[in-house]
Amino acid sequence: MRLFEIAAFAVRGLTANKMRSGLTTLGILIGVASVILLIAVGNGASSAVQQSIAGLGTNILTISQQRAQQGSPVKPLTTADAAALVGADSPGIRHASPVVSAQATASFQGTSYAIGQFLGTDPRYFETTNSGVAQGNLFSDNDVQQARKVVVIGATVATQLFPGLDPVGKSVLVNNIPFTVVGVLTSKGSSGLQDADDMAVAPLTTTQNALTGYGSLNQIVVQAVSADALPRAQAEATTILNGRHRIGEGATADYRILSQDQLLTARTATTETFTVLLASVAAISLLVGGIGITNIMLVTVTERIREIGIRKAVGAPRSSILGQFLIEATLLSLFGGALGVAAGVIGSQFTIAGIQPVLVPSSVLLAFAVSALIGLFFGSYPASRAAKLRPIEALRHE
Amino acid sequence: MTPVIEVEGLRKVYGAGDTAVHALRGLDLTVQRGEYIAIMGASGSGKSTLLNILGCLDVPSAGTYRLDGIDTSDFAEQQLSLLRNRKIGFVFQSFNLVPRTTALANVELPLVYAGVRRAERKARALAALELVGLTDRSTHRPNELSGGQQQRVAIARALVTSPAIVLADEPTGNLDTDSSREVLGIFDRLNASGRTVVLITHEDDVAAHATRTVRVVDGRVAGVLV
Repeated sequence: MRLFEIAAFAVRGLTANKMRSGLTTLGILIGVASVILLIAVGNGASSAVQQSIAGLGTNILTISQQRAQQGSPVKPLTTADAAALVGADSPGIRHASPVVSAQATASFQGTSYAIGQFLGTDPRYFETTNSGVAQGNLFSDNDVQQARKVVVIGATVATQLFPGLDPVGKSVLVNNIPFTVVGVLTSKGSSGLQDADDMAVAPLTTTQNALTGYGSLNQIVVQAVSADALPRAQAEATTILNGRHRIGEGATADYRILSQDQLLTARTATTETFTVLLASVAAISLLVGGIGITNIMLVTVTERIREIGIRKAVGAPRSSILGQFLIEATLLSLFGGALGVAAGVIGSQFTIAGIQPVLVPSSVLLAFAVSALIGLFFGSYPASRAAKLRPIEALRHE
Repeated sequence: MTPVIEVEGLRKVYGAGDTAVHALRGLDLTVQRGEYIAIMGASGSGKSTLLNILGCLDVPSAGTYRLDGIDTSDFAEQQLSLLRNRKIGFVFQSFNLVPRTTALANVELPLVYAGVRRAERKARALAALELVGLTDRSTHRPNELSGGQQQRVAIARALVTSPAIVLADEPTGNLDTDSSREVLGIFDRLNASGRTVVLITHEDDVAAHATRTVRVVDGRVAGVLV
């Protein structure tokens, strides 16, 4: 009975000044929603990166050239190196595809487009990287041997150069050299930071002939027989390459082998930093919302000291005054918090800046609890100060 | 019969040391049940301080105050709030209604803190409003009422708990002549029906309504006129 009446006073106090209550609620709403949403975006970004890396295949090793210490000679990575990696000495390795990459601008009927990644390799590369074809065909070993000027393009390149057209069979100029488009790769989507579809792949021989020349390979992409065989494949590759490049015991190699795992770890660390950054921005906005509530409660109490005096003069005990203002503050922050949770959850259903946010349930709980505590904590100081006033002091307050 | 109010050696000091202000310097006063007392005095004489202490809005520095036979000297805030609620009806010069709240809700306020049920509360509040002739204004908020009407709502609020005494601090101080007459008429009727009334005033014609006038000079009772 009594508590209900006090709660009714609190609700009346809030509704008597709708504008002020609304703005305070808005402050908490924004704080809570941004905490939930930004953490979801960070989480979404990191899971997108993980997925895209996992999509490339988990049993891949990437061998790339590395500048050795000064003075020691650097042997280029060659097609022969790639060929030597597959054989009886290396049962853990299934394929090894030599890869060169080129800066390439493609043009078709006056439209030109700088392709993000233009690679020259062999047909095994597609299998190794889980790349399928959406339209047309991949190129074949025969195309590599004959150095035919054919190219398989990614989805982004297809939409940029051939909007509304079927690219298969069209002739496209890559750095002014005509290539025939034989296929379009299945879309892999962007991983937040990089568009995996902004690429084109041509036979190794053709690319070296026409674009890069016969220097070192940029990479050798190795597929292990299975994910479990990855460490074995890495050891085998190291032994073979050390032999071919005459790297002695303890010397620094002139190449570097990276597994997909290591890549994943590095990328995950990056996105975790990103998430922490977003979360701290969000925490600051929640804090600002909390300061808003404190501010409003201080103003509310100060502005209503006379009213408190009146209530005390007609016999309100200290506890009911304290209760009324605490309930007011808590209602404000709970209401704002609940709306904020709703806004955050709804907002995280949409794709934001190319990232599909993934809700973290603990962040929802945390944000809501913090907002409620902020109301209780910062509301209690002004409320207890008001409740302690002697009635005559409160009544004299102007 | 025990007097409603029995005050002995009442002192009130504001501040301390050289700057201390002695508002009351050993004041004695006894008010019998059914009396209508007017307290007069120059400003600064201590009459408002006296009334605030009588209304348990303030506590004395020294001396005893027995309200309805109860010694309030060592009462804690919790007990004082109970006294304010049950025994005292206070009318202020500046009305002191809760803003943005209807006349009815304002009159109900003391009953809420007394824990009276909703239905009974409303009935009693409406009866009090009827007594001051404002039944038709019960849903109006203070800013929709004239000064005189606001003061009558405040009187209804003071009456609604059937207190032992009604205290009024210059109740007509902010009112025009007509409103003053109405308000004083209400006090007259209250007193005629047996209620004890103590009011502060500057004006002799207001004091003329009282059965006894107490003059306060320099924190002491100077003279009693019958």
